[in-house]
Amino acid sequence: MRIGIPKEIHAGERRVAASPDSVKKLVAMGFEVSIETGAGDAACYTDAGFAAQGAKIEADAAALWSCADLVLKVRPPVDSEVDLMREGGSLISFVWPARQKPLLDKLAAKKATVLAMDCIPRISRAQKMDALSSMANISGYRAVIEAARLYGSFMTGQITAAGKVNPAKVLVIGAGVAGLAALGTAKSLGAIVRAFDTRAAVKDQIVSMGGEFLEVKIQEDGEGGGGYAKEMSPAFIEAEMALFAAQAKEVDIVITTALIPNRPAPKLWLDYMVDSMKPGSVVVDLAAENGGNCAYTVPGEVVVKNGVTIFGRTDLTSDLATTASQLYAQNMVHLLTDMGGGTKYHINLEDEAVRGALVLHNGELMWPAPVVQPTPVAAPKPTAAVAAAEPIRAPEMKFKEETLSHPKKVASSSGAASAKTAPLTWVMVGILLIGLLALKFGAGNPDPNAAHGMAIFAERLTVFVLACFVGWQVVWNVTPALHTPLMSVTNAISGIILVGGMLHTAGNTQSAPVILGIVAVLLATINVAGGFLVTRRMLKMFRK
Amino acid sequence: MNDKVYEAFLSLTWVVAGVLFISSLKGLSHPETARRGNGYGIVGMTAAVFAVLGLAFMGESAVGNLPILIPALLIGGAIGSLLAARVEMTGMPELVAILHSFVGLAAVLVGYASYLGEAGHLREKFEVAKLAAEQAHTQLPALEPMSGLLLGEIWVDVLIGAITFTGSVVAFLKLRGSLSGSPLLLPARHLLNACTATACVGLAVPFAMADGTGGLLFLLIMTLLAGLLGIHLVAAIGGADMPVVVSMLNSYSGWTASAAGFMLNNDLLIIVGALVGSSGAILSYIMCRAMNRSIWNVIFGGFGATPPAGSAQAQQPQGDVVATSVEELSVELENSKHVIIVPGYGMAVARAQHAVRQLVDVLKERGVTTKFAIHPVAGRLPGHMNVLLAEANVPYDIVEEMDEINPDFPKTDVVLVIGANDIVNPGAQTDASSPIYGMPVLECWKAKRVVVVKRSRNSGYAGVDNPLFYLENTRMLFADAKVGMEGLVTRLKVGKAA
Repeated sequence: MRIGIPKEIHAGERRVAASPDSVKKLVAMGFEVSIETGAGDAACYTDAGFAAQGAKIEADAAALWSCADLVLKVRPPVDSEVDLMREGGSLISFVWPARQKPLLDKLAAKKATVLAMDCIPRISRAQKMDALSSMANISGYRAVIEAARLYGSFMTGQITAAGKVNPAKVLVIGAGVAGLAALGTAKSLGAIVRAFDTRAAVKDQIVSMGGEFLEVKIQEDGEGGGGYAKEMSPAFIEAEMALFAAQAKEVDIVITTALIPNRPAPKLWLDYMVDSMKPGSVVVDLAAENGGNCAYTVPGEVVVKNGVTIFGRTDLTSDLATTASQLYAQNMVHLLTDMGGGTKYHINLEDEAVRGALVLHNGELMWPAPVVQPTPVAAPKPTAAVAAAEPIRAPEMKFKEETLSHPKKVASSSGAASAKTAPLTWVMVGILLIGLLALKFGAGNPDPNAAHGMAIFAERLTVFVLACFVGWQVVWNVTPALHTPLMSVTNAISGIILVGGMLHTAGNTQSAPVILGIVAVLLATINVAGGFLVTRRMLKMFRK
Repeated sequence: MNDKVYEAFLSLTWVVAGVLFISSLKGLSHPETARRGNGYGIVGMTAAVFAVLGLAFMGESAVGNLPILIPALLIGGAIGSLLAARVEMTGMPELVAILHSFVGLAAVLVGYASYLGEAGHLREKFEVAKLAAEQAHTQLPALEPMSGLLLGEIWVDVLIGAITFTGSVVAFLKLRGSLSGSPLLLPARHLLNACTATACVGLAVPFAMADGTGGLLFLLIMTLLAGLLGIHLVAAIGGADMPVVVSMLNSYSGWTASAAGFMLNNDLLIIVGALVGSSGAILSYIMCRAMNRSIWNVIFGGFGATPPAGSAQAQQPQGDVVATSVEELSVELENSKHVIIVPGYGMAVARAQHAVRQLVDVLKERGVTTKFAIHPVAGRLPGHMNVLLAEANVPYDIVEEMDEINPDFPKTDVVLVIGANDIVNPGAQTDASSPIYGMPVLECWKAKRVVVVKRSRNSGYAGVDNPLFYLENTRMLFADAKVGMEGLVTRLKVGKAA
């Protein structure tokens, strides 16, 4: 099976869907690899470097597309590329099926099989194939670097002989992968970093990266499933806007990363906020490609309004073309490994990752995939925050999230005991029934002695059941730390059988009952002394 | 003193002792009051014993025989104290188990004593009546049969006592490691149990029918059968369930004391037995729930080794483990902010708790927040880990329960799993074929790094392979827990000096 990797033709795109390293792995997996000449030039990968790993260099795009069974790309193909595509061929790239209807129709007409790297489901297993996270990580980093370049001062505060320079205040809106990467980068440059997100679950992640988490006083969780945020209520947005307006006067750099799936990016940094910012401030809008979070953003451009630079370039990942290509290519290698490698390559519809990414299967529309994965949430705390966001799965955080919920929740040991004591309740009901039966027999028995015995028995039974009840009530709320001491003390107490033994020691010392009784006393005393003393030893060790 | 007065005196003592015992249990539910609770228990027991001794001293020969009682009490007390003082904290489970067996055996002996005593008593009565009848030349009286109720009570007392005795001995041997921890699963074991139990009950009929001490043979056979039943019940329970078993046996020892109370018409025994029995049962129930397991399953055994119908084979190790070294780990710990330690039985076995405490101290000096995560069934006794950590002077406010700490794992830098296995097995949440599926576990894999300190790659007590070891954020430190921890402490201290 031959893989073809064409040169990206989108203006400004410097990434390529392969690195010499990925080619080596693909070849080892049993694929044949062809690369268009000069495909890696912009990413500093030479034809010779690819060839050395076993790739065949094709002279032009037409030759490449015609020889390839499977084409790996970064950007979605343009019409001219689709025309070159082989009938029934396969393609893996970013596709953005939600806004590429004409492209999908065209590819469908070619009976193509298409997997979208942007549709890989956000589940733990597929994390290694998640190109969106890889790219978001790069954009977040680069956003800070660009902002630092455009900002007219230090990021870190300094006190010098020539005077004091305040540290830059950076505000990150949306703490997904890009937001967290930006946060970490800005922090490590010495800036004061704050972050907003509507999803309460990311608060800990923000704090763990050294950021300050800003909140509004309205309780609403913006968790929208699949690691994305949902749109918030008007009241929430109003509170959020008020908070932003206040922050706008303070901060020097704003980095917005808010995306809601299949919608234009929400407008969060409005014109009056930009206007109230200090001249020389910088707004980096990472959502520019989807229309931008900032009112003044011009996608693809860097504009200056009232002295504030609004950075709307959409090709930040191309600035790190070498690394971006390497990570993207590695994500693809993982996906292809999952699909069986070169020898057993197939589309497995049972595979969640593959099924999620599958857009077209032999020309048939498969998108969107039916499965919706529950989002991994660290801890659903009701304190809500601000802003919308994009993916939560930060690779730099390395959280191994389990999408499974507990099969059964464990109730804590305290609390309403009555509902949880079914076995004991039944035991007690049973005992009472026995007691009633005994009484019945006692009453019906003509022998007065037996009747008397039964009455005494019933009395004892009452005491017994009451004592059970007391024991039950007393023990319910024991703290687990004390289970062992409690057990050892009850063990000591059960040595009360000692009294039973003692009562048998009356009479002839040689008689069997007395000997048995005395041995019982001996054994029970060991138990009593041992039990109490060991409990005391244990308890002595508990300290606050 | 006449009979009535001495009965009244004893009854009052019983009330006082009973109240003291209840206060004792109540006190034991909270750390602040626990020591006072133990004190109440001691006072209650002393009061009961001295009441009986006092009466005997005042010449109530019906109560007891001082010349033999006092040595027995002293010797028993001395042995018990010695055992308690000598036992290593890691040997606690064994000690508690063997103490249970003493109660069981004592109950059996008291049962026999009651039977023989009552028989002898009736025989004497008969002899007296016979003598009187012979002298008066009246009709010979019949030997009065023993009360059916008493016979029944003796039967129950001996039955539960014997089960407690042998069961505790097996538990003791299993905990010591003299017997394998894996469950013994005989074919048709439930049928076997049912037959033995039925035989035990059935033998009561000829026992009750027999004249004089003629029933002794049946009583002996039943004791034997009950003993076998006790052995089999506990032998069929897997090692992972040992904490519940020990607590169950504790409960049994209470019930047997209660049965003795019925037999001897002694309210104190009934009350105390019922207290111990029900609290033990509830403790077992709480623990079973924590492990998401049916209590019936534990009582009747056979859990912990659900027939490995393919599941065990499917559980083959699915990857490679990545080993780490003490050096690497010390650097990792130095650079972290939040560390959680998950101790397990391995820590107890290696007696590493003091080394672990030192590690916590060193980390604290370096500004690393360290907490302990205790699973409800960590170790071989309920609360086992708490006891060990307390012994090592770990303040209990940094020791947290599973439910408290599970949400903290995602923000933790390093989780140190010391000699724990099944309680950190992610398979319990994900693998429906796993025998421990559904058991709540510590979700330590959510942390950035998990380091498992373990002697070998063997599976845990439940015999299940642990997928945790193969996760990419997991590192294995193959070392004895104590040696490993001491190594870490040394490294961290040296690092600080430098």
